[in-house]
Amino acid sequence: MALIHDALVQLAQLLLMLALAPLLTGYIRKVKAYLLRRQGPPLLQPYRDLLKLLRKEAVLADNASWVFRTAPYLIFATTLIAAALVPTFATGLLFSPAADLIAIVALLGTARFALALAGLDVGTSFGGIGASREMMIASLAEPAMLMIVFTLSLLAGSTQLSSVAVFVQGPTIGLRVSLAMALVALIMVAIAENSRIPVDNPATHLELTMIHEAMILEYSGRHLAVIEVAASLKLLLYFSLIACMFLPWGIASANGDLAAFAIGLVSYVTKLAMGGFLLAVFETATAKMRVFRVSDFLGAALMLGLLATLLLFVSQAA
Amino acid sequence: MDRLALDVAHLFAGGLVLVSFMLLYQDRMFGLLNIFALHALVVSLSVAWQAHIQSAPHLYITAGIALVVKAIIIPVALRRIIVRLGIHRTIDTVGGIGQTMLAGIGLVALSIMVMLPITAEAGTLTREDLAFSLSVILLGLLMMISRRNAVSQIIGFMSIENGLILAATAAKGMPLVVEISVAFSIVIALIVIGIFLFRIRENFDTMDVHALERFRGGQP
Amino acid sequence: MALTIVLSCVAVLLGTSALAVAGARSSLTSFFVYGVALAAGACALGAAGAMLVIAPGSAQTAQLPIGLPWLGAHFRLDALAALFLVVINLGSFTSSLYGLGYGRHESSPGRVLPFFPAFLAGMNLVVLADDAFTFLLTWEFMSLTSWALVMAHHRERDNARAGYIYLIMASFGTLALLLTFGLLAGPNGGYAFDAIRATTPSAGLSAAVLTLALIGAGSKAGLVPLHVWLPLAHPAAPSHVSALMSGVMTKVAVYGFVRIVFDLLGPPQWWWGAVVLTLGGISAVLGVLYALMQHDLKRLLAYHTVENIGIIFIGLGLALAFRANDMRAAAALALTAALFHVFNHSVFKSLLFFGAGAVLGATGERDMEHLGGLIHRMPLTAIAFLAGSTAISALPPFNGFVSEWLTFQAILLSPQLPQWLLKFIVPAAGAMLALSAALAAGCFVKAFGATFLGRPRRSVAQNAQETDAWSLAAMFILVLLCLVAGILPGYFIDALAPVTQLLLDARLAPQAQLRWLTIVPIAASRSSYNGLLLFVLVAAAGWLGAYVIHRWASHALRRAAAWDCGFPDARPVTQYTAGSFAQPIRRVFGGFAFRAHEQVYIPPPGQIQPAQFHLSMRDLVWDVLYAPIEGVVNFAADRLNQVQSWTIRAYLTMVFGSVVLLLMVLAVWH
Repeated sequence: MALIHDALVQLAQLLLMLALAPLLTGYIRKVKAYLLRRQGPPLLQPYRDLLKLLRKEAVLADNASWVFRTAPYLIFATTLIAAALVPTFATGLLFSPAADLIAIVALLGTARFALALAGLDVGTSFGGIGASREMMIASLAEPAMLMIVFTLSLLAGSTQLSSVAVFVQGPTIGLRVSLAMALVALIMVAIAENSRIPVDNPATHLELTMIHEAMILEYSGRHLAVIEVAASLKLLLYFSLIACMFLPWGIASANGDLAAFAIGLVSYVTKLAMGGFLLAVFETATAKMRVFRVSDFLGAALMLGLLATLLLFVSQAA
Repeated sequence: MDRLALDVAHLFAGGLVLVSFMLLYQDRMFGLLNIFALHALVVSLSVAWQAHIQSAPHLYITAGIALVVKAIIIPVALRRIIVRLGIHRTIDTVGGIGQTMLAGIGLVALSIMVMLPITAEAGTLTREDLAFSLSVILLGLLMMISRRNAVSQIIGFMSIENGLILAATAAKGMPLVVEISVAFSIVIALIVIGIFLFRIRENFDTMDVHALERFRGGQP
Repeated sequence: MALTIVLSCVAVLLGTSALAVAGARSSLTSFFVYGVALAAGACALGAAGAMLVIAPGSAQTAQLPIGLPWLGAHFRLDALAALFLVVINLGSFTSSLYGLGYGRHESSPGRVLPFFPAFLAGMNLVVLADDAFTFLLTWEFMSLTSWALVMAHHRERDNARAGYIYLIMASFGTLALLLTFGLLAGPNGGYAFDAIRATTPSAGLSAAVLTLALIGAGSKAGLVPLHVWLPLAHPAAPSHVSALMSGVMTKVAVYGFVRIVFDLLGPPQWWWGAVVLTLGGISAVLGVLYALMQHDLKRLLAYHTVENIGIIFIGLGLALAFRANDMRAAAALALTAALFHVFNHSVFKSLLFFGAGAVLGATGERDMEHLGGLIHRMPLTAIAFLAGSTAISALPPFNGFVSEWLTFQAILLSPQLPQWLLKFIVPAAGAMLALSAALAAGCFVKAFGATFLGRPRRSVAQNAQETDAWSLAAMFILVLLCLVAGILPGYFIDALAPVTQLLLDARLAPQAQLRWLTIVPIAASRSSYNGLLLFVLVAAAGWLGAYVIHRWASHALRRAAAWDCGFPDARPVTQYTAGSFAQPIRRVFGGFAFRAHEQVYIPPPGQIQPAQFHLSMRDLVWDVLYAPIEGVVNFAADRLNQVQSWTIRAYLTMVFGSVVLLLMVLAVWH
């Protein structure tokens, strides 16, 4: 019985992620449009785009191999599973012992690996430019992410997301400058990982500045749709990650009743709305940086992570 | 000392180290000035909090001086100097930002490793603040050697002074008169340096201190 | 029993080697040699594996009347030796299988066949040796046979230089090990490992032993800065030998280090861990950065060996640090991670070298800038190479991720260490580990992308043929192992427990019985990983997604020219190359690590000169460490040249003077 209950919660979580992901993307687009005094596309436009893309035939470049055709599904599957393992409205998910935070990050790494290979498969210059820049960004974002994990694990004594969420809700945490630093570093990493301004521009097709869009330039039809879903899932994943590790208030525990779950859901959606609004404001107010400034940007995230660890050592020893 | 007081003090002191890193990261002139103002603001907040928890009213005066002189007067004055000199678009660093920050992390680690063992008997807050203030001082020195521009070097110098204030308040021993005289000397230093900057500019047409090196004696 | 089997396998291998010298001309010899090596590898693998699983706690010894007359040759098979025997014989089994196909195209079989079984025998013997004399002798035997294999194609460009540098570094390493054992044996000359184990050296002496062992084993393993020979020598050998050298011989070096430092030397000091960790972290990052700058496929793989050795030494350093502070469980975790990575690296590195060998055999090219599009011509090799690339890039669900994840878990325990220096070095090493893993992923996107994806850049790549069935069999055995070790790591971790029990007197909790085969290194609330579940979930989600879309949305497909933002250009030169792929990373890290400097010259409009791009890079390790040594040696050699033209009387004077000097030293000594 308990197993069925857990499985249901886990399934609900997975479907929730899948259903909310395009909405979040649409919401951020809408807010950005308002900030630019435009009307903007309707909130549900991403769903319509996806349905349309799914129904179209896929056009494949002449020399594309099976890597190109399977990569979208692999990217989608790894991202979806990684997203399903991040607690959103309730902790203690059924499958959460399968992967701690490091493994979730590594799953996203697998998705990125497949995407970069797909970018190189057709043998066009844009695919290559996107793949090579993506791997450069990842090489800096992953160590920064690990330092954030290190900081949290130093405090919470765990890399398991549920344990971290429970710890941060607890009374022993106090005011920590290290946590603030880790949060800022995580936001920087999230911006880079999700190809948002100022690292990359999700709306651009200006040849020399694009990274993520350059890799998926050759995709069309259902393949493109699947990759778009994966991209919005990844954005939602990072929002949920930040919400779960730094603002876990309201989140229900594993054996909570329906009321607790409802509270968890409402608080989760509220957090998403706030986070999406902040992201839209930030993106509207910032200019995209040159590609080779990104190394400084992510280098700073890495330094913040290291500094957070160091400061934590001081306060724990003192 | 209760938990919250400790946490807030930790927040300010750690924040000061963080702002020092932001100084290292920023390579534009006005951005640098704004962050320096933030640096001074954080230090005055930190001192004010210390005044509150140590019940030492004279520290409020120190905080006030730091706020007025270093968070307002000096940035404004430097801004005017920069505008007058027309160098507000200058971007200056010697090495890469990443390497400088990596060195900065190493310095923080070093100061923690030096300070924590030798202050084993002191109170928690004192130990922490001493370690952080040594970090701020070393980071200021690093900033002075990693920048070419004279204005950036001044800012590095002033951030060192902020680190000293942090150390002094943590050690609970700095008389008010010393602090006032230090603040006064900082202002004097600013005036002297300001005049000096204009002289450099007049004579060499640049703010790059490397230009001075050609005029050292003993070289062919 | 197991020891006898392994020793008889070694004897068979040595005999085959002698026979191969006699019959090198015959075409059947190749089949015979690799066949025997295959069988011997399988037998030894079975014996060692069975020993590790069935009777891990026991140790078997044997003594043969060869070697020094008063000492004999001692052999001993304990859990540590058994583990490394498994690694060695798995490598020799698969590379013999691969050799059955690959070796038929060998241009000079007489230079490969006699040394191949001898090399295998040498590696087996090093692991079994139980006294210093046998250890050094077999170590040198292993070095020399591998050197002979490196020199098999000695007429090719650069191979002679590679062999020369390898010989110098190998001799230097053996010298360091000789001094290590000299110090360990002490004045009474107890060269048997039992005698060495019984004595505990003083602090100063053990520091010297650690340094020498790091130099001796580290130079063979390829630890920075002693790695310079490795990327030259490993690719120069035939590909299945490259696989053995990179995948297995470096592990024998790791064995040497573990045996000396963990087993023979006695309780460690905390700063040993700091030294080993630092070296490991630097090796990991520099190795992968070097690899990123390479366009030669086999040399790229060789540099990745430097990286992975770095990762292994990070684990070993952590184990030393924890053990010095008597945190046995944590030390067991770190050592398990390191040993698991030893196994994993031997598997996927052999696999990748086999793949590179298949590409080399099919196209005659090692330069990635000349390849491309091979996934259409060599689909099975491409799958195998892709699996190996995923594994070495530490991506789930393959095995490379599990061992790196375990290393991270050990790193996350470091705050409990009391020493401040360690507290700071360990997180930094963690950041370096993450950096090297991320860069490795980039590097293998580059390697796989430039070699197998895109369009062929030369006609050799266009006309390549899939490699033979033997080679494919060898590769797919390893692919399977990569996957199994990745999704069922619990069994492998449990098999390592006797080793940590032997060396540290502690082990990880048994993993294989846990619910759903999750691995939990410390506590369930702290961290856990389940490769099987992730694999199943990802496969199910991917399949379900594809099924739903194809069933209800659309499965129409049309082939057309590439879109390429509206400007498709069919010429293969317009593709991204390996060099251009690495350019952003070179710009970020290269200025710091290689003094990389780019110069672009674009002629002004109206002029018809070609645009030029010039790149200069310096190998700092070579410039800082080796160039001065080379200079000093050359200087000394020049001075000594004068000695050649002395008169007989001058020579006699010198000899006389030396004798008198030595006598005086002796007189003063007493």
